Amino acid sequence: MRPLVRVTGKVAVLDRADVDTDQIVPKEFLKRIERSGYGEFLFFEWMKDPNFELRRPEYEGAQILIAGRNFGCGSSREHAAWALEDRGFRAILAPSYSDIFRTNAVKTGLAPIELSEEALAELKAAVAGENTLTVDLETLEVAHPGGLHVPFDLDPYARETLLHGLDDVARTLAREERIAAFEAAHAARFDTRSAPAPA
Amino acid sequence: MGTTLFEKIWSAHVVDERPGEPALLYVDLHLVHEVTSPQAFESLRLSGRKVRRPDLTIATMDHNVPTEPGPIRDPLARQQLEALRRNCEDFGVPLNATGSGREGIVHVMGPELGLTQPGMTIVCGDSHTSTRGAFGALAFGIGTTEVEHVLATQTLVQARPKTMLVRFDGELPFGVTAKDMVLGAIGQVGVAGGAGHAIEYAGPAIEALSMEGRMTICNMSIEAGARAGMVAPDETTFEYVRGRPFAPAEIPDAWRGLRSDPDASFDRVVAVDVAALAPQVTWGTNPGMVAPVDGVVPDPADAGDPAERKAIERALAYMDLRPGTPIAEIRVDRVFIGSCTNSRLEDLRAAAAVVDGRRVAPGVRALVVPGSATVKRQAEAEGLDRLFREAGFEWREAGCSMCLGMNPDILGPGERCASTSNRNFEGRQGPGGRTHLVSPPMAAAAAITGRLADVRELA
Ligand code: SF4
Repeated sequence: MRPLVRVTGKVAVLDRADVDTDQIVPKEFLKRIERSGYGEFLFFEWMKDPNFELRRPEYEGAQILIAGRNFGCGSSREHAAWALEDRGFRAILAPSYSDIFRTNAVKTGLAPIELSEEALAELKAAVAGENTLTVDLETLEVAHPGGLHVPFDLDPYARETLLHGLDDVARTLAREERIAAFEAAHAARFDTRSAPAPA
Repeated sequence: MGTTLFEKIWSAHVVDERPGEPALLYVDLHLVHEVTSPQAFESLRLSGRKVRRPDLTIATMDHNVPTEPGPIRDPLARQQLEALRRNCEDFGVPLNATGSGREGIVHVMGPELGLTQPGMTIVCGDSHTSTRGAFGALAFGIGTTEVEHVLATQTLVQARPKTMLVRFDGELPFGVTAKDMVLGAIGQVGVAGGAGHAIEYAGPAIEALSMEGRMTICNMSIEAGARAGMVAPDETTFEYVRGRPFAPAEIPDAWRGLRSDPDASFDRVVAVDVAALAPQVTWGTNPGMVAPVDGVVPDPADAGDPAERKAIERALAYMDLRPGTPIAEIRVDRVFIGSCTNSRLEDLRAAAAVVDGRRVAPGVRALVVPGSATVKRQAEAEGLDRLFREAGFEWREAGCSMCLGMNPDILGPGERCASTSNRNFEGRQGPGGRTHLVSPPMAAAAAITGRLADVRELA
């Protein structure tokens, strides 16, 4: 996955609460076995509406999404994060995320930044003027050229993952000895490969 | 101070913990299905990694299998099911394929095989994995990159969630089910009320529930925003597990200690009075938009804040409903009885008891989809299939079906459905489709009357 140190770019504002992953990528597109190419299905149904916020010409090519609370709720489909990333988004700014979406976003190289409603209101007002923001994972700050600086917190492990584009599997495999030691003291309850007769 | 059930299971599975980092948590059972696994297997292949513990992994086909017999016509669905078959072969993962007699919705199949046991950690690339928390297990959904992580390492990097106790007090009134308990709780805490928490459900109304009922409640934890929901195991649990194919010969003593200590403290406590509950019906486009069947469609003008008002307006426009309309007068075109929330034998029996001797209303299309091949066999042995068919229902093969409409079972644009599933998001059951979440008896009542009728008046 691509490292993400900072992104400067256009911002799209999607002012809706509880946007679920069924809206971000509808199930019709989950039958593909590839990981890429989901961008064209992003908000597939909502995109059909000419008044849908993300169709505004001024949001064309946006790399930062400002969203409402509980963004990405519902299904665990990582396709939702893939679609946003494939469409060109690198960071999301929202008051809160669903737990699974937040994890999936980090693993996709998409920074899920949590900000207060007040901070977001300031940022929205700022980008309504000059539409550009910088999200910096090194300084942990969102900045607007007008002089607005908003600090944020990010869990250090997620930050490492994003900054260096780390592969979590490789990181954990480096701790293989620990896993083996745990397994030695933790007996398995069954072997799923022994196929019993149907109950 | 005492510890909670969650903390007991969590600490028994921490492989490694470094300061300032999430824990490395061991996974006792990993369930795999066709939709969220192909990219994970492909990535293993590309990096030359193998599945660490195929003996703790099991796959099934559920999300996009057709529920009518015959070949799969959708080429993409076929390709995805074939990919799962090939991946399972290549990596040595056992697969309960369609036609094996053990296939079914992953969250129905696991418990009925005895694979879901107290004290385990269980994950699956599906958010309703929380269903298995009903057995006193820590079970939660994960994304595809995490699926790959578990396949390769049998562990997960997990931040420890906070704990939340949802206590159901009182006795369940006539006509009110586990589904109404959980919808009522979601209505109370909201769709993000459990975010960042692992929920424990407790109280007399939980203790009185069957395992099926407890599974229905734990299933919908994610609809309250919580990744995991659980119930302390008791005799009801042990009775259910005993004798199942993968169950131990004897109930281990350790299982009896799996409960929160009386002096354990939770980060958040919520109480729900079930005696005051009526059957619940969702009217909007998320599961927190719910009302009692004897209530009315709400007025956005009464909303607490502007964001909420906008959300209600949008939901009512999508659902084509007007404020003040009595819920029980809303007419439906379709009825779906199924999904990992409500497709077990007990659910089908409860719906059948309402249907018995009645007929599906003219103009309504009603579908019953058992949760697994095993449920289907058991229901047929009791004659439930005949009862449903004679009343005018369609009786199908096991699968997720119209819960998410990845297979041919979908709503048409504008069609309104009473559904026993768990999500009423826009387009969930088909683009433009309108979903009202209800219990199995309420769905049966809707089929018979053609509206979201109060099942208590049909008895
Ligand atoms: S029945 Fe519905 S919610 Fe359950 S696993 Fe299948 S698609 Fe997901």
